[in-house]
Amino acid sequence: MKHLLSIDDLGGESGIDEVLRVTDRFVEVSARDIPKVPALRGYTVAWLFYEDSTRTRLSFETAAKRLSADTMNFSVSSSSVNKGESLRDTVETIAAMGVDAIVVRHKSAGVPSQIARWIDASVINAGDGSHEHPTQALLDAYTIRHHFGSLEGRHIAIVGDSKHSRVARSNVKAFTALGAEVTLVGPQTLLPPSLEGWPVNVSHDLDAVLPTVDVCYLLRMQRERMTEALVPSLREYHTYYGLDGARAARMAKGSIIMHPGPMNRGVEITADVAGLDNAVITEQVANGVAVRMAVLFLLLGSGVDVIGSQS
Amino acid sequence: MSASLTDNTQKGTLAIRGGRVIDATGERVADVLIDESGRIVDVGPDLTGDRTLDATGCVVSPGFVDLHVHLRQPGREEAETIETGARGAALGGFTAVVAMPNTDPTMDCASVIRDVLALSRGVACDVFPSAAITVGRKGEALTPMAELVGLGVRMFTDDGDGVQDDRLMRRALEYTVGLAPFSGGAPITLAQHCEVKALAEGGFMHEGAWSSRLGIPGQPAEAEVIMVMRDIALARRTGARVHFQHVSCADSVALVRAAKAHGLPVTAEATPHHFCLTDAACASYDSVFKVHPPLRTDADVAAIRAGLADGTIDAIATDHAPHPQHLKELPFDEAPAGMLGLETALALALTELDLPLAKVLALLSWQPAAIANLDAVHGGAIVAGRPANLAIIDPDVTWVVRGDAMASKSRNTPFEGRTLRGKVRHTVLHGEPVVVDGEPTR
Repeated sequence: MKHLLSIDDLGGESGIDEVLRVTDRFVEVSARDIPKVPALRGYTVAWLFYEDSTRTRLSFETAAKRLSADTMNFSVSSSSVNKGESLRDTVETIAAMGVDAIVVRHKSAGVPSQIARWIDASVINAGDGSHEHPTQALLDAYTIRHHFGSLEGRHIAIVGDSKHSRVARSNVKAFTALGAEVTLVGPQTLLPPSLEGWPVNVSHDLDAVLPTVDVCYLLRMQRERMTEALVPSLREYHTYYGLDGARAARMAKGSIIMHPGPMNRGVEITADVAGLDNAVITEQVANGVAVRMAVLFLLLGSGVDVIGSQS
Repeated sequence: MSASLTDNTQKGTLAIRGGRVIDATGERVADVLIDESGRIVDVGPDLTGDRTLDATGCVVSPGFVDLHVHLRQPGREEAETIETGARGAALGGFTAVVAMPNTDPTMDCASVIRDVLALSRGVACDVFPSAAITVGRKGEALTPMAELVGLGVRMFTDDGDGVQDDRLMRRALEYTVGLAPFSGGAPITLAQHCEVKALAEGGFMHEGAWSSRLGIPGQPAEAEVIMVMRDIALARRTGARVHFQHVSCADSVALVRAAKAHGLPVTAEATPHHFCLTDAACASYDSVFKVHPPLRTDADVAAIRAGLADGTIDAIATDHAPHPQHLKELPFDEAPAGMLGLETALALALTELDLPLAKVLALLSWQPAAIANLDAVHGGAIVAGRPANLAIIDPDVTWVVRGDAMASKSRNTPFEGRTLRGKVRHTVLHGEPVVVDGEPTR
C-alpha cells in the first residue's frame, strides 16, 4: 500500500486488522515516559490542509513527531494558494522539496486521488469533501474493538447526516469489513440518495434502533443544512435524532456513545450525555494519535522493527 | 497511404473516384465530379477531373452537421478558436457546425454575430452561429431575434442555462413563430438545454449510486425531465419548433417519443458521450468525465441508443466543449464541465452503436442539417447541382484516440487511448478538399 485515500485501499478485513494490530504497539509507545521512537527518522511529512481542522492536523502532527519524522506545514491561508496558485503547482512544489508523505484535507471529494496521480510521495487522505476520512474510521474501529474485543456481530447505529459525511462513508466500509452490522439512522433527506451496494440497514426511528445497538455513533449536524431545507429546524432534528439523557438511558448495558467531534452540544448530543461514562469521545481522540502513527509507519516504514527501542 | 490528391495547388474540376455513395436517397457505387464553382456536376461511373481524390474502399457521404459545438471565440481563445475548432470539425467529417452562443461577450446581439461570421470566413468548415434566447443568457429579456434572424441565425439557445422562467420561454416560442418573414420563410428553432436549476444546482454529476459512493453532490435526472415536459407542453401550446439538446436520460427519450407520436414539432439530439459512457467513469475523480448534463446510468445509455435506433432522437451532436488542461486539473466540483467531441463522433457511432452505416450517416448529416435549416447547402442528396460538401470515410479502419494528436487547442477527450473503428479520410467543403488522407489542408 502506497497511499491511504480510502478504506478500500486497505484491502478489507486483513489490511484493517494489520493497522489495528500495529496501533496496539503504538498505544504502548504512547504510554511510555518518553513517547517517541526513531521509526521515521529522516522522513519528512507535509500537511496540506485546505480546510481548517485543528484536531486532525494536531493528531497527525503528534503522530509524526512521536515517530521522529520531520514535519512541514503548508499553511494554505497565508500561502501562494491565495495568490491563485493551482492545486497541482502547489503539490508539485511541495513534492520537489523532497517529502515522503503528504497529508491532505480538502473540501472537495477526490482531491487526494488527484494528488496521488501527480506525485511520487505517499498521500494520506485526512478528509475529502463528503467522500472519506479513513484514519477517523480506523481510530473509531480501534476504539470499538478496545471495548468489545472485536467488531464481529456488533450492531452500530450511525446517526445523522450520513449524506454529507465522509466519516460515515469510511466508517461503513471499515465497520462492515470487520463484521459489524451497521444501521444508518436519520431523516430521509440526510441519507445518501442511493444506498445501492452499501451493506447497511436504514432506519428513520432512532428510538426503535437505540435499545438494539452496541454503539451509538453520532454525526455532527452542520448548521448550514438548515438553509438547504434538509430538515425543518435544529429543534425538530434534536427532538427526533438528538441523543439526550432520556434516550441514552434506554441504551443497552455495556453500549457506548461515540462522536467524531467537534460536537454541537444541544443538537446531536446533549451536554449531560457527552459527560456519561459510556461516552468514549476523548478516548477516540487519544487513539487517533496511535492509529495515525500506525498508518504513517506502515506507509513509510522500512519494515525494520524499531518500535521497541526508545530514542 | 499514398497521397490521394493529385495536386492540391492546382485548381479545376475535382473527381472523387472509387467510392460508394450513400445519402438520403440510397446507396450506389459511383464517382463524383465537382466543378470549379464547388458544385456537383455528375455522379456516375468512370468520372475524371483535373484533380482526383481516391475513395477506394471508402464511403462518400454528405458532409456532417454538428448542431452543438463550443468554439470559444470570442472570449476563451486559450481553449479553442473558430479556426482550430473548424479544423477539428473538418477532420471529423463535419462541413457545418452550429456554434453555441456562450462566448464572452455572449452571441446575443448583431455585432457579436457579425464578428463570429467574420472570424468564420475561410476556416475549414461552415460555421453557423446560434444566438442566445435571452440577453446575456440570463433568462430575463429576449434578444433581438428578428434582427439576428436577418443576419442568418436559424437556431436560438441559452445552452448551458436552460430558460428557467416558464412565461419567458412561452413568449420566446410564440415570438419565433412570427419570424418567417425575416428568414426568407425558413422556420426558426429554439434549442433547449433542459436543466431545472433549482434541482440541479450544487450537483456535479448524476445523482445515484455512484455519486452517493463518491461523495460528489449529484443532480437528479428529474432536473432534465421536468424541463423536457414543460417545453413539450409549450411546443403544443405555441406550435413553435423545439429542439432538445443532448438528452441524457431514459425518461427524456420516452417523453420525446410520445410528443412525436402526437405530431408535435419537436426534435432531439444525443451526444456520443451520453451513448458511450456512464457515471461510473467519475470514480476516478478525473474531471475529464465531468459534463452537463452529466453522464448517467447504463439504463439511460440503453434508452438513448434505442432512441437513436427508432428515430426518436434525430441527430448525433457532439457538444464539443474544449477546456485547457489546468482547468480540468481543478477539484472535480470546481472544474468546468465539458469534453471534446468533433474528431471522435463518427468513430464512436460506428464502433458503439449497432446501427447500419446509412443510419449513422443520417444521424450525423442530413437529419441535423434539416433541424438547423441548412439542407439547401449541407446534408442533401449527392446529385448534380448540389453544393459539394462531402465526407469521404473509411468505415473499417481502426485507430487509437490521442488528445494531443487532435486539432483542438485543448486535450480533454474522455476517450483517450480507446481503439475505435471508422475514420474520415477526406472532407470536401464547397468543392475544395479541406482534409486529405486525414490531414487538414487549412
